Amino acid sequence: MKLSIRQYVFAACFAAAPLCAQTYVIKNATVMTVSKGTFKGSILVKDGKIAEVGEKVMEPAGAKVIDASNQYVIPGIIDCHSHIAGDGGINEGSISVSSMVDIKDIINPEDIAIYRALAGGVTTANILHGSANAIGGRTLPLKMRWGKDAQGMIFEGATPGIKFALGENPKRAGNPTGRAINGQAQQGRYPATRMGVEDVIREAFNNAKIYKAEWDAYAAKKTGIPPRKDLQMEALKEVLEGKRFVHAHSYRADEILMLLRIADDYGFKIRTLQHVLEGYKVAKEIAAHGAGASTFSDWWSYKMEAFDAIPYNAAIMQKKGVVVSLNSDDAELMRHLNSEAGKAIKYGGVSETEALAMVTLNPAKQLGIDNRVGSIEVGKDADLVIYDKFPLSDYAKVQKVLIDGTVYFDRDNEVSGRPGKAAEKQKMIDKEKQNQPRTQGGRGGRGGQ
Amino acid sequence: MVLSAETIVIRNADVYPVTGAAMMGVTVILQDGKIAEIGAKLLPPKGARIIEGKGLRVYPGMIDSGTELGLSEVSSTRETVDTGEIGEFMPQLRALSAVNPESEHFGVVRVNGITSVMTYPASGGGGGRGGGGSQHISGQAALIHTDGWTWEDMAVDRSAAMHLIFPSLGGRGGRGGGMAPDAILDMIPGAAGAAGFTAAKRTYDAQVAKIVAFFDEARQYQKERAANAPGFKRDLKLEAMIPVLEGKVPLAVSASRASVIHDAIAFAEKQKVKIVILQPRDIAKVGAELKAKNIPVILGRVLALPDTEDSPYDEAFTQPAEAYKAGVKFAFGTFNNEFVRNLPYQAATAVGFGLPYDEALKAVTINAAQIWGHGNEIGSVEKGKVADLIVTTGDPLEITTQVKYLFIKGKEVPLVNKQTRLYEKYMSRQ
Repeated sequence: MKLSIRQYVFAACFAAAPLCAQTYVIKNATVMTVSKGTFKGSILVKDGKIAEVGEKVMEPAGAKVIDASNQYVIPGIIDCHSHIAGDGGINEGSISVSSMVDIKDIINPEDIAIYRALAGGVTTANILHGSANAIGGRTLPLKMRWGKDAQGMIFEGATPGIKFALGENPKRAGNPTGRAINGQAQQGRYPATRMGVEDVIREAFNNAKIYKAEWDAYAAKKTGIPPRKDLQMEALKEVLEGKRFVHAHSYRADEILMLLRIADDYGFKIRTLQHVLEGYKVAKEIAAHGAGASTFSDWWSYKMEAFDAIPYNAAIMQKKGVVVSLNSDDAELMRHLNSEAGKAIKYGGVSETEALAMVTLNPAKQLGIDNRVGSIEVGKDADLVIYDKFPLSDYAKVQKVLIDGTVYFDRDNEVSGRPGKAAEKQKMIDKEKQNQPRTQGGRGGRGGQ
Repeated sequence: MVLSAETIVIRNADVYPVTGAAMMGVTVILQDGKIAEIGAKLLPPKGARIIEGKGLRVYPGMIDSGTELGLSEVSSTRETVDTGEIGEFMPQLRALSAVNPESEHFGVVRVNGITSVMTYPASGGGGGRGGGGSQHISGQAALIHTDGWTWEDMAVDRSAAMHLIFPSLGGRGGRGGGMAPDAILDMIPGAAGAAGFTAAKRTYDAQVAKIVAFFDEARQYQKERAANAPGFKRDLKLEAMIPVLEGKVPLAVSASRASVIHDAIAFAEKQKVKIVILQPRDIAKVGAELKAKNIPVILGRVLALPDTEDSPYDEAFTQPAEAYKAGVKFAFGTFNNEFVRNLPYQAATAVGFGLPYDEALKAVTINAAQIWGHGNEIGSVEKGKVADLIVTTGDPLEITTQVKYLFIKGKEVPLVNKQTRLYEKYMSRQ
């Protein structure tokens, strides 16, 4: 049998298997609810939901008690911008409007990044298409239910999204000086400038409006031949109908304003501006439009359009009335969004609760799932993270993560399970070595040795 | 050295020297760019400026041992990047003279308490450009202050290390988490490169042999130079190698995997040169050897993904604790200009995952100073040392702590930068 690395890794990590939802009482913790203050108390988790929160809660017979003395509990972290759990190709950049493609079709539930995100306290992530084109593919939020299949990861009932992208990334493919093959400048894909990016989006919505009008007319009379279905236009029609959220990758203030004005002109909303590094310059306009802003805590200078990025961005936008979240866009950064939130306290002085909201309740609002997740409240999904220390700090370590009332990550089990996994791995390696052919010659090139 | 004319007295502060026990409510006097006095009941010298330090803490300024500060401004924009010169062996290149003192990065890292950095001609990891796949010696790294009028003014050590990029076996240098474990890859033909492991090893050996040959050439040059042999001609490349061969300048060797580190150590022993290992991984596997040979290391980013798909999720977080347990001397480097300001938080993560707090603090201060040969001048708050200090509201490794004052060579450097200016400007927008 050929050794499958992926199967091995999956099996090994899955060994600390999530059990079905059971009743838990998390006791004696510092509970940071985000929406209802921080206090010393307990949480009753039942049937996958938060059943009770308070200084004292009921302890039903058979409930498993998690003693969280000297520990902290926060709502599961929500990353509003991630590219994990895809099959690697998340950029359908061959055309400028790729609204027909869907991240849903390439979910890889065995991506180890899911487990790592979980170990960093992330329970929900918005999985986005890449930023190669002005209008990218369809997107959706996933719960980090490690061990479930692709369907089991999907956040049930969440409004799907679509990725837009402005600035350097979408215009790069069109830059006639940027790409050359054998010294020949290539005919670039339109657009090559920010002007062109605006035009691509306007043309697309001009078409979408015509398309929608055809379908509306047909729906009104319900006779005759229906219009031809166009999968590219369908997603944009949904945007116009408010059934699909626009998540727009953006950097500079000019392009942010440009997109808000397109949306105003065509009568739709930008749900979130992603990255939005110069959002602080047009915070007033963003707040007036009602767009959320999902930014990095402190990334800057990695490209020209990130040179005016400032770590105070989140604080300024928040103070000017924008719902702000802090995201990762990165499988590593994703694992410590708790301390990224701490940076909003350092840079700009937002309160602890407001900072924590930037990685929990605010992204939940931005994704339209705050009725289910984002804070510790009775009736919400039991998506909870237990830390050993004050969580808005790099000193803090995730101890346990629950999703829907099920423990999906437990540091004690993870650490104590390592020797067993190492032994198992060695056994598989030894077995594979035995299966290797004896003669090694002839592998490298012709003729053997 | 240009010295500060001002005498500054920080009084009633809690001083954490790093090299000794904390002193509560004491006075620190900064004079002529140095720490003149630290004590309980000191009278301020005449004309001194007094800073009230009640409730504040004094620490040495922090040192990042892996940056390209001053050489790379916007990492994706070639015109602003001066790292990664062309050429396989370029020991004559000096990072120092390409340092732009007006780089916005300096102001940005200062507000988080970083007063000195090692800046490399090519850090070989993240950030700006590495020197291409085939570069072996990228040039001389400099230890610099993060403030100064000119690069000369900023220099602590114009040639603190010679940077050698040791070949990596099979080209699996990067991290990303997608790779299978070495033990498995090595069994699969083709896995370690298109032509298979055997070929990768052959390439690796050939590259190592090239480095050995270059050192031999330099050694020969050194002899001829000493003997003033007839027909001797000065060669800038080989000339630059002499301080390394003489053991005056250490080789800073980029080598991540255990087997490569082992080879690098063997190489250095044979060549009789001092080395410092940059961005090692697998500390558990080579710790004993590093400790036995007294070789210090500069740990790369702590907040990093594991090397392979089946490595523990916290593999990078626990490297510093592993280094400590093995008794290896280490300091931290961020190896990406963008994240230099997060140096203290990387150290904090290491504490969260098992490194004693005091060791983390040393790793961003005195250890770095000692590893680069300047432990007597910077890296701790001690009488007679250069006055590179920060005054904070609390533990400098904690994100929410603010740096209130920062001194470099006894001069107070205002904690403003491009970002604070934009903050002020746009906060006031109506």
